[in-house]
Amino acid sequence: MYKIVRKKSLNPTVTLMDIEAPMVAKKAEPGQFIILRVDGDGERIPLTVADFDREKGTVTIIFQIVGATTEKLNHKNEGDYIEDFVGPLGVASHTDGLKKVAVVGGGVGCAIAYPIAKKLHNLGCEVHSIVGFRNKDLVILEDEFSAVSDKLCMMTDDGSHGEKGLVTDALEKLIESGEKYDEVITIGPLIMMKFVTKVTKKYDIKTVVSMNPIMIDGTGMCGGCRLTVGGETKFACVDGPDFDGFLVDFDEAMDRASMYKPFERHKYEETCNLFAKEVK
Amino acid sequence: MPNMSPKKNEMPAQDPKERSCNFKEVALGYSKETAIDEAQRCLHCKNKPCVNGCPVGIDIPDFIAKVAEEDFDGAYDIITKSSSLPAVCGRVCPQESQCEGKCVRGIKAEPVGIGRLERFVADWHNEHSTGEVTKPETNGHKVAVIGAGPSGLTCAGDLAKMGYDVTIYEALHLAGGVLVYGIPEFRLPKSIVQKEVDGLKALGVKVITNTVVGKTISVDELFDEGYEAIFIGSGAGLPRFMGIPGENLKGVYSANEFLTRVNLMKAYKDDSDTPIKQNKSVAVVGGGNVAMDAARCAKRLGAENVYIVYRRSEAEMPARKEEVEHAKEEGIIFKTLNNPIEVIGDDQKFVSGLKCVEMELGEPDESGRRKPVVKQGSEFVLDVDCVVMSIGTSPNPLIKNTTKGIETNKHGCFVCNEDGLTSREGIYAGGDAVTGAATVILAMGAGKTAAKAMDEYIKSKN
Repeated sequence: MYKIVRKKSLNPTVTLMDIEAPMVAKKAEPGQFIILRVDGDGERIPLTVADFDREKGTVTIIFQIVGATTEKLNHKNEGDYIEDFVGPLGVASHTDGLKKVAVVGGGVGCAIAYPIAKKLHNLGCEVHSIVGFRNKDLVILEDEFSAVSDKLCMMTDDGSHGEKGLVTDALEKLIESGEKYDEVITIGPLIMMKFVTKVTKKYDIKTVVSMNPIMIDGTGMCGGCRLTVGGETKFACVDGPDFDGFLVDFDEAMDRASMYKPFERHKYEETCNLFAKEVK
Repeated sequence: MPNMSPKKNEMPAQDPKERSCNFKEVALGYSKETAIDEAQRCLHCKNKPCVNGCPVGIDIPDFIAKVAEEDFDGAYDIITKSSSLPAVCGRVCPQESQCEGKCVRGIKAEPVGIGRLERFVADWHNEHSTGEVTKPETNGHKVAVIGAGPSGLTCAGDLAKMGYDVTIYEALHLAGGVLVYGIPEFRLPKSIVQKEVDGLKALGVKVITNTVVGKTISVDELFDEGYEAIFIGSGAGLPRFMGIPGENLKGVYSANEFLTRVNLMKAYKDDSDTPIKQNKSVAVVGGGNVAMDAARCAKRLGAENVYIVYRRSEAEMPARKEEVEHAKEEGIIFKTLNNPIEVIGDDQKFVSGLKCVEMELGEPDESGRRKPVVKQGSEFVLDVDCVVMSIGTSPNPLIKNTTKGIETNKHGCFVCNEDGLTSREGIYAGGDAVTGAATVILAMGAGKTAAKAMDEYIKSKN
């Protein structure tokens, strides 16, 4: 059992938790992920490590409430326990030798982009962060990004906060204005990452994407997380989750991500109804 | 005077029609009377050929004699001198090619039902024992076991009985390895595996789940924590795919994923949060026991048509005969001498068919089996909405990649001497991580051998 030592709501649908898991905290690096189960009947879900404190022995996770499992997790409070928490899994993001990087995050993907921006900043790299949200109410980690970025572009779809537009607009503008990046690192919805790579391809800037497909074990055993990268089958859990964005078959990844949509919707509603009953 | 009936006492089983809709155990086990009657078929040969056929060397005629005398506790004690998981092996061992394959009664008629008797004895014990065990006196030495599958559990059990302070590190959230994620409930109820694990804990073995050695902690860090020897029983968990077009369509599973969803995550139960696709027709590609398990799970999940697609003929199938028979009784359709060449998808990228070619058998290949050759112009499409690839697994490279100086062969299997010692002092390995995918009992045998060698190694150092 793993204790929730801190819980904080970042916006109405996104929650942050610090979980007591000393062995995971000791090894975790930005870009890696954990797998958790909320309770005994629970499914295993992967969540990227958002931060860690090696001394306190805690790992920070940030999740959006999208289905039954995240709904259940969100009902847990400080001091409660979750059943299972395993990691750190996957390969850490490569940060060696980078001097100037654009970090592009979208929505809850910013939770994963942040620790990478922070690590790069601490290594003395110039960091330009471009973060995008649907609207002002959904913005997360603005102060945190601000603290580790030499430049921060805040974008919202409706212009209710920062500038109106997409992250790709801001990225292209920066590149056009003469900014020279060693690398672009992008984390967010698949469709956003696909379009980021379309922009960077034009300028031939190496682009790393962080994939988060459906998986069970997270150790290479099930193959459910397989992707086509440069014409080869790769397992996101052991070969990734970071990949060369120019080589990833995003269309296939988007198809595969939708496999259990109807089931997930149904389970989510079932869980919500269950909680609603408890409240009554 | 022995019972000279030419046939084994039949194993009572759930009706095929009924069982193909539920996940309850298929084989129901002998009654006390049947067990005694079957035990009387043993001739008690002086040279005990059956014992030579057993990878862990159980004294088979002796335990059978105890069954015939109705001394089931005595029988259990004899079995557990050599085997740590009798309730498991009585169910999943390929007895026909091991102990029963060597039985003298099998020359002219059917061999003694050794596996069924082993299962009876283990089940009888589990039902009647209080679960109390005397904890062995500790010798003060710490050893670590990586992986809570058949080889790891056996190695841990043997070392604990010798007085070692044993800790098992398991990557998943539950101990059991392939016994819990791979072999289905209807063939090996999970409560039986749990009992075996609880038995080890009662001996003082610590089981730490959710720990991926090679990620959470490395082998060298385990030595730093004071373990004097380490056993690696990390299995062969990496699934293979065929490399044909369409393999990443929605509805194509590795057998590992399909079985893990069903067995470990209980996707067949309504209250499980883990989804599995509802299918009308399923093709399972492969001819091993894992393929049979996947096909029979698919049937129980409600698929109308379930096919086994295998490129050779039934005679070459690596699956146990009993598993093939059970699958057939449950209505699984065998498409032997067929090989898939492409998975076809609909416009939503869900599987809508499996394109196959017919094969015929040519000259024997390196494995000694006749090599299948494509029949020209025989292409056809099997109408399915799900494909399960069950064409083998290889060892996970996580430990190899994070442990300096440990040697593996070209298949990624650890290279060991006959005692299970790897190329590094103090590190032993066994089971599928060494042999590639094989059987539960061979893994157990390897765990046993390594436990003995680890004991000798630690004693020689101190």
